[in-house]
Amino acid sequence: MTNYQGNMTIVSKRELVKDVYEMILEGDGASYIRAPGQFINIKINDSLQPYLRRPMSICDYDENHITLIFRVVGEGTKILAAKHIGEQLDCLIGLGNGFVDLDKKSAVVIGGGLGVPPMYKLAKELVKNGTKVTAILGFNSVSDVFYKEKFEQICPTYIATMDGSIGYKGTVVDVLENHQLEMEVYYSCGPEKMLDALALKYPENGYLSFEARMGCGFGACMGCSCKVKTKPYKRICVEGPVLLSSEVIVNG
Amino acid sequence: MANLRVKLPGLDMKNPVIPASGTFGFGYEFAKFYDINVLGSMMLKGTTLEPRYGNPLPRIAEGPSGMLNAIGLQNPGVEAVMNEELEKLRPLYTDKVIANIGGSAIDDYVETAKRLSTHDMVGALELNISCPNVHCGGIQFGTNPEMAAEVTKAVKAVSQKPVYVKLSPNVTDIVAMAKAVEAAGADGITMINTLVGMRFDIKTGKPIIANKTGGYSGPAIFPVALRMVYQVSQAVQIPVIGMGGIASGKDAIEMMIAGASAVAIGCQNLVDPYACPKIIDEMNDILEQMGIEDIHAIIGKSHQY
Repeated sequence: MTNYQGNMTIVSKRELVKDVYEMILEGDGASYIRAPGQFINIKINDSLQPYLRRPMSICDYDENHITLIFRVVGEGTKILAAKHIGEQLDCLIGLGNGFVDLDKKSAVVIGGGLGVPPMYKLAKELVKNGTKVTAILGFNSVSDVFYKEKFEQICPTYIATMDGSIGYKGTVVDVLENHQLEMEVYYSCGPEKMLDALALKYPENGYLSFEARMGCGFGACMGCSCKVKTKPYKRICVEGPVLLSSEVIVNG
Repeated sequence: MANLRVKLPGLDMKNPVIPASGTFGFGYEFAKFYDINVLGSMMLKGTTLEPRYGNPLPRIAEGPSGMLNAIGLQNPGVEAVMNEELEKLRPLYTDKVIANIGGSAIDDYVETAKRLSTHDMVGALELNISCPNVHCGGIQFGTNPEMAAEVTKAVKAVSQKPVYVKLSPNVTDIVAMAKAVEAAGADGITMINTLVGMRFDIKTGKPIIANKTGGYSGPAIFPVALRMVYQVSQAVQIPVIGMGGIASGKDAIEMMIAGASAVAIGCQNLVDPYACPKIIDEMNDILEQMGIEDIHAIIGKSHQY
């Protein structure tokens, strides 16, 4: 069995910036994660409300722990943010393809907003493998910035904000265009507009991680299928969430 | 152990629990969680003659105790289902499966049924004449008794396996639909498909589902399904496979008391990938607690009232 369902215990919770929480879960299920960029699907509570699980990216993990970072945007994340340390969550783990090709000489990791978290474990793994890594993290404003110091501890890190209140004024794509960064390959996660911009400007050698509304998260319902150039369609939850920049159909 | 074995046309099942079409893919995704051989049978993802991509995203929305979907019959087409999907399933599942067939015209159903019914892994066909999410995708057959009878008759004429017809709840008189397909030769009825619904974004007023409308399923529709199975199973002689919002062994037992000869589990599989094996165990436990040795003792038990 390659997928896991079971309980994980909340062992840490803190608000990083307004409405954005870091939560650390502990349990055996963490050992089912096979690559950075895979995701977790959480049943928020035991009742029928909310009915569906909530898919979330994984920021960091080891054999026994999973770190999540999420923003409170609706009913499910509101309930999740109100959970206490010691409470358990029913989780599906081992989902999605994750990032591959982690053995290149140089790489740029690009995160936008809540697309920043999965870049963290990825950057750590790349550095461990001897890849020269640069991080570009984009946020709306200085008040939204999180994990800046954490990234700076592992690799050179550029911050971009839309209002210029910290770092570069502009988008992560602007940073990429205006700097000569060593980039045999790049990896990115963030808003669809940002991923589309990257796919258009840098169609080669990129890995883009997408999100989608999902029914199940493990390939059964076809709720998250998207058209790609390489196949009639890929399920974001199984053949994704990471797609090649060269196969993405912008606005597809 | 209570006896859970049920025999229906084309299906000799060790228990009456079947994952419903569209919530189980082609089965193999669930083998990543458990040994799917515990299942009585399984209803495959709806298959059409040609490959279909389906509807634009978003295809999923949530609601009270349920979900709205408008997938739009995404599938790789009958040839790929027979040569690729079923071959992936073959090493993982030994009992007969139920192939679900969709289409836009009678000829589509007939051609797809002709091919799928020859497959050695297929024990029966399920005609989806009730998909609410495809324009000209079968719902016109599912809301008109004459057309439902016509497509049933045409498929029966070519199928080498028993044919079940999946009924839509989005009709004025579901009993009339059931009687029409029975008279046309259907070997069984599966019911209910999803209820047509909508959700809106309150800021923009835009429907959340790109297709605008979707099919609602989940525990919210369970009482509606029970009522319809109760009515139809008393009006026809052919067996009914009951579905719609079943989320526990207790629900499954209740559905059989309403008159279902077997049950299908739909979107609970999506929320809990172990839903079917849990339901099988719970059904056995409940029957033992009630001192009932054979599941047949409860089928249609409500009909005396």
